[in-house]
Amino acid sequence: MGDWKAITVPLLSSDSKNIFPYTSERKRSPTSMNSQVLRLSLPSPKNMYSFFGAFCTEENLEQSISYIDRELTTMGFPSIYAESKGKELNLVSIINCMNELLVLQHKNLRAQEEVEMQHLKLGSDMDHLQNCYAKLKEQLELSKREIVGLQERDRQLQSKNRNLHQLLKNEKDEVQKLQNIISSRATQYNHDMKRKEREYNKLKERLHQLVMNKKDKKLAMEVLNYVGRADGKRGAWRTDKTEARNEEEMYKVLLSDYEQRQKQLLLENAELKKILQQMKKDIISLLPPQKQKPKERSEDGLVLSDQEEDIGELNKENMWELSCETVREQLTNSIRKQWRMLKNHVEKLDNQVSRGHSGTWNEKDVISREAHELETEKLELEIQQCKEMIKTQQQLLQQQLTCDDDTTLLLQDCYLLEERERLQEEWRLFREQKKNFEKERKSFTEAAIRLGLERKAFEEDRGAWLKHQFLSMTADCKPENVTTSSDPDIRLVKSASRQRKPPFVLSPAVSPEPCQISQYITHNSVASEKPAADNMPSLWVESDDKEGTE
Amino acid sequence: LRITVWSLCTKSVSYIKYPKACQQGVAFTKDGRYMAVVERRDCKDFISIFVCNNWQLLRHFDTESQDLFGIEWAPNGCVLAAWDTCLEYKVLLYSLDGRLLSSYRAYEWPLGVKSIAWSPSSQFLAIGSFDEKVRILNHVTWKKITELDHPATISSKNTIVYKEVEKSPTVDTERLTFPPTRALASSLFSTQSKYEISQMPVSLQYTKPVADRANPKVGVGMLAFSADNCFLATKNDNIPNAVWIWDIRKLKLSVVLEQLSSIQGFQWDPCQPRLAVCTGSSRVYLWSPAGCVVVQVPGEGDFQITSISWHPSGDSMLLLSKENFCVCYLEREEV
Repeated sequence: MGDWKAITVPLLSSDSKNIFPYTSERKRSPTSMNSQVLRLSLPSPKNMYSFFGAFCTEENLEQSISYIDRELTTMGFPSIYAESKGKELNLVSIINCMNELLVLQHKNLRAQEEVEMQHLKLGSDMDHLQNCYAKLKEQLELSKREIVGLQERDRQLQSKNRNLHQLLKNEKDEVQKLQNIISSRATQYNHDMKRKEREYNKLKERLHQLVMNKKDKKLAMEVLNYVGRADGKRGAWRTDKTEARNEEEMYKVLLSDYEQRQKQLLLENAELKKILQQMKKDIISLLPPQKQKPKERSEDGLVLSDQEEDIGELNKENMWELSCETVREQLTNSIRKQWRMLKNHVEKLDNQVSRGHSGTWNEKDVISREAHELETEKLELEIQQCKEMIKTQQQLLQQQLTCDDDTTLLLQDCYLLEERERLQEEWRLFREQKKNFEKERKSFTEAAIRLGLERKAFEEDRGAWLKHQFLSMTADCKPENVTTSSDPDIRLVKSASRQRKPPFVLSPAVSPEPCQISQYITHNSVASEKPAADNMPSLWVESDDKEGTE
Repeated sequence: LRITVWSLCTKSVSYIKYPKACQQGVAFTKDGRYMAVVERRDCKDFISIFVCNNWQLLRHFDTESQDLFGIEWAPNGCVLAAWDTCLEYKVLLYSLDGRLLSSYRAYEWPLGVKSIAWSPSSQFLAIGSFDEKVRILNHVTWKKITELDHPATISSKNTIVYKEVEKSPTVDTERLTFPPTRALASSLFSTQSKYEISQMPVSLQYTKPVADRANPKVGVGMLAFSADNCFLATKNDNIPNAVWIWDIRKLKLSVVLEQLSSIQGFQWDPCQPRLAVCTGSSRVYLWSPAGCVVVQVPGEGDFQITSISWHPSGDSMLLLSKENFCVCYLEREEV
């Protein structure tokens, strides 16, 4: 591209004025750029013709073509001349080269655009960074100034502190000095006092002596009318025996006082020990039975065993009322242990409550307070409902048992009415059925009577026919009566039975009645037809039997 | 010089040399068996204990004190408390046989012990000092168990403050007769007073003493335990009109009696927890846990009671003024 520049400048010298303005314009557009980039971009379409005309004219066409060819070959493009070394131009290659050049131009333009973009970006970044840098510098300045100010203050305060310390020391020294002065003055005064006292005593002695010297007799009191001893002697006050006795008495008094005090103290001690024991028992009872974690269980188990041991020991000890150091220590130590355990337990409970509040406790044994409250509410509701139920039930019971007479009667009447109506219904049904049965019975009896009448008629016919037959047969021959008579009998019977069957079909339930009726009729027939009775009943019976079988 | 003991039965005489002329130099035990005397020889203090039967010297020992001011026996007769001059706060406790049991010193330079009182059971020793405080020691360890302070403002809710208030007598002008009867005359001119309960907080009259005088009216000057060992009555000389009554079982201030004039003296009933107070007026003030009452001494003219003394039976007391005295009987209520 440098060559391009070098060549075009002299050629375009005529149009340099046209071109340079463009290039200078281009220079102005990146405003804050320090570097000056000479850009040669495509000129505006206005001067395109002149630009293109400047390079190749009709005179130097061949030169320009050869030049172009050279340039293209140096750039790696195929030659625009045809294969032969003539001056024929290979249009295809020219077009290709042009295309390639266009593509290249496009690529270059794009690259240029990208580069410009990056350039802009970098420029803005630079701006931004410079701003930040300026701001930070300002901040740094500010903080430096602040630090200086604070340091100044710190120095002042420290100096003040030192001054105050110094003052305090001075005051303390003064106080010490004053105290020393006081003590020294006190000793001085004491000494002076003692000296003065001695002087005073001496003077008193001297005065006394002088006064006494003047008087002859001593100053004494005279005792008048004193109560004398039995033997008139003067009582002796100071003897050896009395001295010893005095000592004894004094010591006795002291000892008795000490003994009294010791008794009191023993009583107090015993009481306090009892109280401590009770407290220990109470604390042990307050501590919960070990349910929770196995770790704790083991700990508490151990401690429990310790407690039991302690209790046992101490009980034993107290039986003997020993008040030696070890027992006392044991008791106090065990109480302290128990108290600590109780404290831990209470703390644990507090933690549980607080954790229950926040709702992160997962153990089954522990219920958070809210759940607990909900449950209690539910239980209360249930209780209420149950109570209401019980109340209503009680009311009902009460109504049942202790109602007024009227209501009971009413109620009873109601029940009776109900029952009566039911019974009436049943009676009605019963009566209907009875009627039906009666009707049926009547029909059956009529049928039976008809049947009986028919039978009677038939029997009469049969009897007549038999008589006739018998009479006719006896006239012919006698031994063949039985078998032949039986056949017509059988035929008769069959036809009779066939006749009888339809009325039987009507109501199988009333079958015993026709039998009875038939028996009644047989009796009648027997009674009516006595003369032919001997054979008739036996035949009749046979036919009956056959009926039964059929 | 010397103490001479005369026996009124036998003609024996006994001398005790070098007794010290201090405020309470001679002390008898409650049962009267022993007598302790403070002696001073060569600027050193000694205590001698004598048996009162035959006035024999039992013990004689020196004390580590600058200038013993006073001694007092404990009611059980086994411990002797001795305290130093007010320039030095020191209380020494000796047993009956002369051994030093303990010594107590609360502070060093300011003025020291002003007054001391034993409790009737010998359990406590109350020491009133010039710093307006009372320190109570216990008889087991002889260490301080509490300090009772006497501030000028009382604000605790458990304390009752009774204030003496004057009430002008109501005179029925219609009933005036001439010449006026004695009762009327005395009632007209004498002022009546009664007690009123003051509201908390109460601020008492505080007097700051003149700084450059000796024996200033500062500090707890009067101490007395009640006979049942339940109460301690104190007077702070900075607040001269008030009697402070402390409950010993709780070691707290229970009652304050504020009078119109400065307290001259008070004394407990030997049998019951009843305190009689006199302030130089013609009234005697009685306090008991049931309440307090003002009793006017009937009489013509002024009867300024300066001191009180109870009868050992607790039924009557003696009221003394400068020139007269009056016996006051306490009637029992007919049930």
